[in-house]
Amino acid sequence: MNITLRVWRQKGKDDEGRMVSYQVEDVSQDMSFLEMLDVLNEKLTVAGEDPIAFDHDCREGICGACGVVINGIAHGPEVTTTCQLHMRSFKDGDTIDVEPWRAKAFPVIKDLVVDRGSLDRIIQAGGYISAPTGTAPDAHAVPVPKTDADRAFDAATCIGCGACVAACPNASGMLFTAAKVTHLGMLPQGQPERAARVVKMVNQHDEEDFGGCTNIGECAAVCPKGIPLDTISQLNKDLLGSLASGKM
Amino acid sequence: MTELYTEGAPIQDEKAPDGPIAERWDKRRFSAKLVNPANRRKLSVIIVGTGLAGASAAATLGEAGYNVTSFCYQDSPRRAHSIAAQGGINAAKNYRNDGDSIYRLFYDTVKGGDFRSRESNVYRLSQVSVEIIDQCVAQGVPFAREYGGLLDNRSFGGVQVSRTFYARGQTGQQLLIGAYQALERQIAAGTVTMHTRHEMLELIVVDGKARGVIVRDMVTGEVESHFADAVVLASGGYGNVFFLSTNAMGCNVTATWRAHRKGALFANPCYTQIHPTCIPVSGDYQSKLTLMSESLRNDGRIWVPKEIGDDRDPRQIPEEERDYYLERAYPSFGNLVPRDIASRAAKNVCDEGRGVGPGGLGVYLDFADAIKRMGRPAVEAKYGNLFDMYQRITGENPYETPMRIYPAVHYTMGGLWVDYDLQSNIPGLFVTGEANFSDHGANRLGASALMQGLADGYFVLPNTINDYLSAGPFEKVDEDTPEAKEAAEAVRARIDKLLSINGSRTVDSFHKELGSIMWEYCGMERTEEGLYKAIDRIRGLRDEFWRDVKVTGVNEELNQTLERAGRVADFFELAELMCIDALHRRESCGGHFRAESQTEDGEALRHDDEFAYVAAWEFTGTGESPVLHKENLEYEYVEMKQRSYK
Repeated sequence: MNITLRVWRQKGKDDEGRMVSYQVEDVSQDMSFLEMLDVLNEKLTVAGEDPIAFDHDCREGICGACGVVINGIAHGPEVTTTCQLHMRSFKDGDTIDVEPWRAKAFPVIKDLVVDRGSLDRIIQAGGYISAPTGTAPDAHAVPVPKTDADRAFDAATCIGCGACVAACPNASGMLFTAAKVTHLGMLPQGQPERAARVVKMVNQHDEEDFGGCTNIGECAAVCPKGIPLDTISQLNKDLLGSLASGKM
Repeated sequence: MTELYTEGAPIQDEKAPDGPIAERWDKRRFSAKLVNPANRRKLSVIIVGTGLAGASAAATLGEAGYNVTSFCYQDSPRRAHSIAAQGGINAAKNYRNDGDSIYRLFYDTVKGGDFRSRESNVYRLSQVSVEIIDQCVAQGVPFAREYGGLLDNRSFGGVQVSRTFYARGQTGQQLLIGAYQALERQIAAGTVTMHTRHEMLELIVVDGKARGVIVRDMVTGEVESHFADAVVLASGGYGNVFFLSTNAMGCNVTATWRAHRKGALFANPCYTQIHPTCIPVSGDYQSKLTLMSESLRNDGRIWVPKEIGDDRDPRQIPEEERDYYLERAYPSFGNLVPRDIASRAAKNVCDEGRGVGPGGLGVYLDFADAIKRMGRPAVEAKYGNLFDMYQRITGENPYETPMRIYPAVHYTMGGLWVDYDLQSNIPGLFVTGEANFSDHGANRLGASALMQGLADGYFVLPNTINDYLSAGPFEKVDEDTPEAKEAAEAVRARIDKLLSINGSRTVDSFHKELGSIMWEYCGMERTEEGLYKAIDRIRGLRDEFWRDVKVTGVNEELNQTLERAGRVADFFELAELMCIDALHRRESCGGHFRAESQTEDGEALRHDDEFAYVAAWEFTGTGESPVLHKENLEYEYVEMKQRSYK
């Protein structure tokens, strides 16, 4: 099939960007979206033009590196990562708009590549359990109810891609933050730091210029790992409890 | 043949203690010199790579109080390729009461590696495995649990016990997030300085010691020099030399190859693991291959039609016309034979013309029986995410029709040579995880990569690097030190060269051609004739690359083409060494299968009298004959015999 792409091109972080149109011919429906971009980039390179820069690495939907807004939807029409989106989701003659994540907390570096360092800094603020190497008791010392372990796991599957931020009208990073708060908060090992963790992480989130959460739910709707929206309720509950108890 | 390499002096691992094997690690920890906590903050360590082996080491050394500087090419340390490991991590906990023990894990790993690994290292790995699970649970890694709240286990290939801990099909992700969080905690504490989007392009060696690295800031193009008392490479494997592999797109050999060029020996480069269960190739545009976890072989049954050319819908082929070839040939291990054996068996049935799917390059992995036995919900709970991934990529529903799978390059057992302390032959250069060669011999067992990465990073390196650092801090070096200046200039010159060729072929077109040469001649089956041909073609292609590659843009910006060009240039040199290594090893062992050396029923035939050694190669110049140094392997505890999984 033949596709028209309109892609955001921006030379550097301080340059102005614009949408540029490209024709991509003979696209196979078994190609992934990124493989379609590879084919276009090969063509651009041979023509001596600058290929389109985009982040990607594992190409199996787990590293969280890739992610672009496709026709206005973070990661495009299927609920998955951009690398796992295949061209069978489009049809011959389609025009597809491709843009970077847009959020104040994610400045554009080049074309479709953004700086997501703000997410790492939220983790640095408290998204961990302090368990220095060598200090651990036997793994079976504390049984964890299966339902708690499963809920922790579901939240822990967050890949840190940032689609939740890109989809949110407020560019809030609350689903990302809540996923970590829920993951660690559901486990007995996470209890000692639970009250302080949520406060520190939310403070850092705000400092990074993410917007506030107004419970719209666009984040969970595009999350490729299906992080449930109720993790944000969990975060709010923990936050209120923490502030009320003064334990942070 | 003789002109391809020369033989130098043998080497040996001088750090491995002797005495009873169970006491060796204790003995080494006691003999290794310590650094007192107050002195640690005066010592600095550079760590390249933030996968399991790098992030765990950075976090642990940071906790210990060293000054750590860490680099990764990704935009966040959390994205390193360990994240993609699916199935699990082995540990000799014997929580199943099924006869497992440290000794059995040791035995299985030595045997699985086809008697080409070191007994002392493997025993230590098995001992430490137990602590890893404890550590990860304490960090909040949400391993799968049973209703009683205790940890669940499953089986992997090459073993008859259940010792694999897992977190659904995302074990690597969960373990890496654990290590990443520990690392971020140290970054916040100020003990670790993290540089993301930085790629190591050269090692700085001063007075024979590793003292720093040259890195390129991938956003600004700036070439920076960083210095330390020791350098740790945890930069992963080199499977992407084949272009198509299950590795992430950015995985590369550059860090270890640049160290090799500076004198570090490269051991057993031809030992490549081809994973039996990957999604088959669908077209020329294909950029990578996706693994389907080995854990699927717990319940899925592998088969092809008995008749050549039977292209019926698999569901229409009656039971008696199917060949469950692994169950037939290996009744005691069945579908759970080690990876090298399962891969070659798949290749053999496809070579016979009984392969399925486009091009006949595939075999079925069928869950119909498992669904009948356990019910669909149970299969979904166990493998749901893998089935979804399969359906997304192929457009087929594996609950209804059998999966099609084919082997793909997955892991490289070879890597930089290290001693028992994980130190290379360059003092101060340590190598951990997949980047070193040490523990898996000629074939790695499933769920052992995560075990080794974390063993090295959490427990081994932090207890051995002190022995070296206790002599520090070493003499001050900086940008003006001649060796550092020279290294930085060499990096700049190479970048300029790549940008100035302005030829007609893209980097990827060269990489794809190199990959197809390697897959054809240095893949699942190797022959003397094919390897000679490969070496010849690699040399020709490398020359063409340096004459005709087209790298657009400039250095002073984010330039992904330039990044790839540098990596592919190093792959060319590595590829040649892999072929030379494969050619010189005139035996079959594990993942290295020489067609000339097989048993009557087509199994790998080792020649222990000639080849029971580690082949450690010394670099002498691009296109020049490398020098072979042999390290003899001795087996005191496990008797060397022909592997049998029948």
